[in-house]
Amino acid sequence: MAFRILLAGILLLLITARTSIASEPYPSTYSALPSGPVLIVNATILTGTGERIENGSLLISEGRIKQISGDPEEISPGDAEVIDAQGRWVTPGLIDVHSHLGVYASPGIKAHSDGNEATAPVTAQVWAEHSVWPQDPGFNRARAGGVTTLQTLPGSANLIGGRGVTLKNAPSTTYQGMKFPGAPHGLKMACGENPKRVYGERKQTPSTRMGNVAGYRAQWIEAQKYIADWEEFEQKKSSKKSDKNGSTTTPKRDLRLETLAAVLKGEVLVHMHCYRADEMATILDMAREFGYRVSAFHHGVEAYKIADLLAENGVCGALWADWWGFKAEAYDGIQENIAIVDRPPGGCAIVHSDSGEGIQRLNQEAAKAMTRGNRAGMDIRPEQAIRWVTANPAKSMGILDQTGTLEAGKMADIVIWNGDPFSVYAKADQVFVDGALLFDRHDPSRQALSDFELGQQPGAEL
Amino acid sequence: MINRNLMIAICLLASSAANAETLFINDATVHTMSSMAALQEGDILIRDGRIQSVGTRLIPPADARVIEAAGRPVTPGFFAGITQLGLVEISAVEPSVDSGLSTRALRPEFDVTPAYNPYSTAIPVTRIEGYTWSMLGPSRSGSIVGGQGQAVSLDGAYRSFLGDKVLFIDVGADAAGESGGSRAAQWMLLNQAMNEAGSELRWSPEPLLTAAGRQVLESYKNSGVVVFNADRASDILQVLEFSGQHDLNSVISGGAEAWMVADQLAESGVPVLLNGLENLPGSFDKIGARLDNAAILNEAGVTISFFGAGTHQARKLRQQAGNAVANGLPYRAGLAAMTVNPAIIFALGDDHGSIEENSIADLVLWSGDPLEVTSAADQVIIGGKPIEMVSRQTLLRDRYLPVDPDLPRAYIKPDID
Repeated sequence: MAFRILLAGILLLLITARTSIASEPYPSTYSALPSGPVLIVNATILTGTGERIENGSLLISEGRIKQISGDPEEISPGDAEVIDAQGRWVTPGLIDVHSHLGVYASPGIKAHSDGNEATAPVTAQVWAEHSVWPQDPGFNRARAGGVTTLQTLPGSANLIGGRGVTLKNAPSTTYQGMKFPGAPHGLKMACGENPKRVYGERKQTPSTRMGNVAGYRAQWIEAQKYIADWEEFEQKKSSKKSDKNGSTTTPKRDLRLETLAAVLKGEVLVHMHCYRADEMATILDMAREFGYRVSAFHHGVEAYKIADLLAENGVCGALWADWWGFKAEAYDGIQENIAIVDRPPGGCAIVHSDSGEGIQRLNQEAAKAMTRGNRAGMDIRPEQAIRWVTANPAKSMGILDQTGTLEAGKMADIVIWNGDPFSVYAKADQVFVDGALLFDRHDPSRQALSDFELGQQPGAEL
Repeated sequence: MINRNLMIAICLLASSAANAETLFINDATVHTMSSMAALQEGDILIRDGRIQSVGTRLIPPADARVIEAAGRPVTPGFFAGITQLGLVEISAVEPSVDSGLSTRALRPEFDVTPAYNPYSTAIPVTRIEGYTWSMLGPSRSGSIVGGQGQAVSLDGAYRSFLGDKVLFIDVGADAAGESGGSRAAQWMLLNQAMNEAGSELRWSPEPLLTAAGRQVLESYKNSGVVVFNADRASDILQVLEFSGQHDLNSVISGGAEAWMVADQLAESGVPVLLNGLENLPGSFDKIGARLDNAAILNEAGVTISFFGAGTHQARKLRQQAGNAVANGLPYRAGLAAMTVNPAIIFALGDDHGSIEENSIADLVLWSGDPLEVTSAADQVIIGGKPIEMVSRQTLLRDRYLPVDPDLPRAYIKPDID
């Protein structure tokens, strides 16, 4: 009985905490373009669940995946438009967990440099979405490369850089019109060289790696206090035992601590820029100290050195296929990193871009990583490797229940490739977002062009 | 003394070539990049560091070590682009970076080659991916005249430079800050420098160039190669005009909008090294960037190669070629852009960049299509010697690949074990 009351109390607390602190400001206004039912037939389908279906059929209706099958008899087309994908491949829409599209938009001029609020080592109060320029031509290029969802993150100058935003890659004049409905925010944090360099050069803290860690811990301690203050307040308010000394004054709302508190409550997912193996291990201990989870380590050039540790902790590694050498903490990069991180049971490798070029070719980056794994003696098939750019990023972003695989009921975020996507010659023929055809390589009327590019030189490309 | 050292060096080189094994590559798809088409079931005989013969149904000599290609492709060694290989160990670690001169002054006599370190870990990392040579160029520093570089064989020797020195000049928006804030001033300064180069100018109170600089710049008139980094179409036209005025053999690097002036480039015989992945308006100089840049230039008759994968990622250059092919560049032109074209552009001589009788035996045996991301170099041969397919990265891989080793991984030393 006491337990039940406690439970009710906690529930009430959660509800009030949500309404009073995190009541969805800047809400998504995204809605899918209207579309009719579509049946794709004769395709080689990589489902993103690890399956490969030959001669597969996929029915899309009302923006959702209705049915998927290797038996064409099983699905009746009804009034669906039928696309014959003979010789072509179908995958879930690609997902990039690490993009700066919109916050470091093209052209890369100072006026577009909106990704690092590098004025203090902790800026948990800033939200990347408030920097996103929806006219960044990079969104359209990424869509032509099969990307249907992306997380735009703040940069890595700060220990805690601010909230990231998950976007549907659908053209819109506002970012709210792209915002993935219901997706949790990410929180960008950074290890290592960047924060200690940026602030150390200004003779501020942090100037060392130990300074970095002290910096994060102080923030979590503040966040714990913030949660406790609000809980105490809500408790007193709900028990109506307001004492006469007026100690039920509403605690002051603090955007920075609000974000950090949301991490400790599991509502905001941590995406942490971290290259070195030893630093990642430190961060995992810190997460344990304060009772939160790291969703993914980003860049993780040394993640292969602790692949087992990452898998045991259920932390994904969001990695490049082959970047290395640009700074000391990137010196030990190897091309088998992704394959080795994905190898242990529970391993979760993600191919991420961090680049306006790379996001257009996530399939090629995954192909390189798969090849290197196989040359090192592993047996990685396309049906597994496709997860690095679909299901795994979706999982790390808290949206796997909605997208990232081709399963009945999920959003119809789908790419039809002109052939095997694990090839330098592969191209996305058609890209569907929530069932709507938002890119068609053969139909200029389905190739979006940003305002910026309208009226520029002839041939400014898609 | 210098002569004696030189003699020793020459003897060492000569003896190493003479001691090289005789190699016979059997049953390859040989992309000769000569006037000959690709050979199916092709054989290559390599002796004393050079290709002795290439053809079908050759008989391996008794003393030859036979490499069975089993139908796999063989190409000339790939060009790694204009890089700072051996000039930079870690980009953000300043003491390991020797690739640029931080001055606004015009010092064409600056030459990066004395800083070249063949033991940089980036060299094996690049070499084992099928790249046998690169053009060393100065990195962007503070001046529109970056200085000189030279091609280098990635064989790991101290002085494996190839061809003549090459001069590098930057124009366009990125360089405007180095010339008083206007790209018009770049041409003012470059014209003044060229005029100084042709005269004694003892009377000039404020010369742009040192005496050595005048001499170096003068030497590029009518000979040698000058690489202009330029992206905007109008800047490229300006390079063509300037080169005509001063008798320079120019090459464009960057060239994001080169396709817009493809005919003028073809007419002037000016080659372009471009980034085959560039399709974003990354700056106002690149508004017209598009993926079929390479295809359009090639179609117009411009000699092209690739550029812009950087130093550590030089191995990514063939992915640019593959993407260019995916966007309309004929396959053979894609391979040429990685092999024979850059050898021609940088005037390395007829014995580089193709697989012909008497060519230098710089070759790569690939696991599959050399432009495909799912292929890799199986064996690289430089100067007739199969190189060890090992880099610091493969050693790290082999240290961490074993599951649950008995001892800490610090005891796993794959190069020694």
